[in-house]
Amino acid sequence: MYQELQRAPHTPSGLFTRAQNIPFAASRQQTPNRLPYAGMPSGDVMQVVNLTNSPDKTFMDRVMEESGQTISLCYQCGNCTASCPYTFGFDIPVSQVMRLLQTGQKETVLSSSSIWLCASCTSCTTRCPNNIDVAKVMDVLRHEARREGFVKERRVKAFFDSFLDSVRSHGRVFEMGLMVDYIRKTGRFWTDMELGPKMLPKGKLAFKPHNIQGRDAIARIFERFEKEGS
Amino acid sequence: MRIGVFICHCGSNIEGTVDTAEVSRIARDYPEVAFATDTMYACSEPGQDGIIEAIGEHKLDGVVVASCTPRMHEATFRNTLERAGLNPYMFEMANIREHVSWIGKDREANTNKAADLVRMAVEKLRRNQPLIAKEFDINRRVLVIGGGVAGIQAALDCADAGLEVVMVERESTIGGKMAKLDKTFPTVDCSSCILGPRMVEIAQHPNITLYACSEVDGVSGYVGNFSVKIKKKARYVDWDKCTGCGECVEKCPSRKAPNTFDEKIGPGRAINIPFPQAIPKKATINAEYCIKLTKGKCGTCEKICPSNAIDFQQQDEIITEEVGAVVAATGYDLFDWTVYEEYGGGRYPDVITSLQYERLLSASGPTGGHVKRPSDGKEPKNVVFIQCVGSRDKSVGRPYCSGFCCMYTAKQAILTKDHIPDSTSYVFYMDIRAPGKLYDEFTRRAMEEYGAQYIRGRVAMVYPDGKGNMIVRGADTLMGRQVEVQADLVVLAVGVESAKNSPQLAEKLRISYDSYGFFMEGHPKLKPCETNTAGVYLAGACQGPKDIPASVAQGSAAASKVIGLFSKEKLKSDPQTANVDIKRCIGCGKCVLTCPFGAIKEVDFRGQPKAEVIETVCQGCGICSSTCPQGAIQLRHFTDNQILAEVEAICRF
Repeated sequence: MYQELQRAPHTPSGLFTRAQNIPFAASRQQTPNRLPYAGMPSGDVMQVVNLTNSPDKTFMDRVMEESGQTISLCYQCGNCTASCPYTFGFDIPVSQVMRLLQTGQKETVLSSSSIWLCASCTSCTTRCPNNIDVAKVMDVLRHEARREGFVKERRVKAFFDSFLDSVRSHGRVFEMGLMVDYIRKTGRFWTDMELGPKMLPKGKLAFKPHNIQGRDAIARIFERFEKEGS
Repeated sequence: MRIGVFICHCGSNIEGTVDTAEVSRIARDYPEVAFATDTMYACSEPGQDGIIEAIGEHKLDGVVVASCTPRMHEATFRNTLERAGLNPYMFEMANIREHVSWIGKDREANTNKAADLVRMAVEKLRRNQPLIAKEFDINRRVLVIGGGVAGIQAALDCADAGLEVVMVERESTIGGKMAKLDKTFPTVDCSSCILGPRMVEIAQHPNITLYACSEVDGVSGYVGNFSVKIKKKARYVDWDKCTGCGECVEKCPSRKAPNTFDEKIGPGRAINIPFPQAIPKKATINAEYCIKLTKGKCGTCEKICPSNAIDFQQQDEIITEEVGAVVAATGYDLFDWTVYEEYGGGRYPDVITSLQYERLLSASGPTGGHVKRPSDGKEPKNVVFIQCVGSRDKSVGRPYCSGFCCMYTAKQAILTKDHIPDSTSYVFYMDIRAPGKLYDEFTRRAMEEYGAQYIRGRVAMVYPDGKGNMIVRGADTLMGRQVEVQADLVVLAVGVESAKNSPQLAEKLRISYDSYGFFMEGHPKLKPCETNTAGVYLAGACQGPKDIPASVAQGSAAASKVIGLFSKEKLKSDPQTANVDIKRCIGCGKCVLTCPFGAIKEVDFRGQPKAEVIETVCQGCGICSSTCPQGAIQLRHFTDNQILAEVEAICRF
């Protein structure tokens, strides 16, 4: 699946056609007259956002606490959006995600595709003139979305889950097992099938997992996270 | 002694978190306190009248006011005492606003602390002595440091008022940044047409002495009597002989020298005259690039000069000027934008600064006023302006707004259209700051009449497209999209920072500067061109980013302050000076060495060396008294006994 991502041109100019190159985004509805956000998770009408009642203060505080970032530092210059290599696939550009956080629009943010399509490349963090770790904020939003049951891009989540399960059992990623698990969860049998013949002779795709020494220690990290974290 | 104590409410500023009535009740029990009360606004007219009345009624001979900082109102209350017939130094102030009420919310703790501060003030006041100021003469000459538009304005205003002016300019010509500009906003009138005549006036004014190519090396003395050392840098040309004909510049074979006046985009020579209207219009040799001075051969200019002005033997020279006041007008420099790697960091020739673009637009610039981009000399059709490069950017340590970039960019967009009618300007901005008279109308005109495309968002990267142009990738936050522009030329609105070596100059002048190197004004609202050092004034962008009208206004303001200072017959010295107890002094001379003002001299007293303070020179800093091993030199009004009494007052338990 990464192969497909890499095929997307480095500096895209078309906003919507390219988005279809992303496997995760393929399931999304692509409406040319995209109405971006502002209290409109469904439907095509721009609703009025009630700024007195709608901001979710506890959500805002939790995101700030977990990310360690001060959201009010953002002055909406748009450099994160300008530098983001995945904006072409986003339903809400990252600068507007930050704005929605400033106004506490929890539902709109958590039900967006953008937070799942973020590749954590940290271009936004690097370019932010106010030194906000935007990528970290996006990461925290993914956790929040899981907790609150807002996962818009199920396949991305499935991939993360399969990846982590694989690390948990083997202490590192077992590529073949990861693919099988991902296909089992998503039913996307033909995903990246054509890569197999290329990777096999290079020894990049083993049939048996290579466990690391001390994988039980890795497993304990997961256990501890489940007990104390989340 | 009969002491009166007045506790100010300062409206709710103090009363809000301090029980002032309780403080005054406690103060009544302090030694020698004959009267104590609280008052709504001690500084107001009824407040001051109340103090005067109490002095008469209770026969007070000393007053403590517990209110704001002495910086704010010490002078006010000293005057009050004087009006009531007391010596103004029989007064003490306890700062219970900045030091108490504004910083804590616990009313009881605040009240106790306020009472303690009042106790300290009372204990000190009990040991105060009446002091009388001495008068001294003023040297009615003024030094203006910096020959930009602010300095020019200050110098001309002072000179027209009949004062003798000494102007020191670091570069080889005056005119500063304004001389480099093509046009000025919002009227789009020619910069050199309005500045040129003023520069000529500086050169011709009988009251003005101009030292170009010079720097202030050291300043000593005090208000009314400064002594300034000026370093005339070696320019290797005898300016008395140089006629400014420019033949040497044409023939100079060293062509790699940076042309600083053209912001390094024009051809440079080791011997140079910055521009046709330069004042003084004299040639200067850049020793770093001169072949004769570096390798010992060449000397072309020497052979060709019709007036034999070239002098390779010239050395730096130090001159001393005596003045009574100083106006600092050292201006600004541009932020080092090459830290922006995403904009090319100086690697792409067609990514230039706004000041470089200004030279490209200027008729006296390297392209004769035809806009040609540096890489291939092509006329650009798509010009992208990027705002806030080194402004409002915490990540590069420049969180402040440079103030005038929005305006000059609008001007440059308009001029671009004037020069190249089929061009389009794209302006990436965050906010448009156009609060001056006719300013907002001007930026609107750039958009409405000149078709400048304003895009709200920052630029993430600029990169070459491989076909000789640049791709500018940014965001349009109003559309919520990424945007790209194919640019022929990219102009960066580079932010303002304090002029190089500002902190060093500030230290020479003994004035304070902020963390960015801008000089600190006496008060952000009420003393915009004064400093906290008497006799030193500020004009222009050395105090903070400023456009031309504001710089000129501050230049005139500084001049009026100087004229006001010099209109006095004599100046009064602050009597809070050091004083030597001759019986205790052992003549070790340590105070003479440590005094930063040279205010202490060694004298012979019946065959013994002793220290003596020159009262008008002493600034009352107190370094000598902390140095003296004998405790023989004491600062009046801040003697060891007074300070120890204050310490005792708070360390009772």
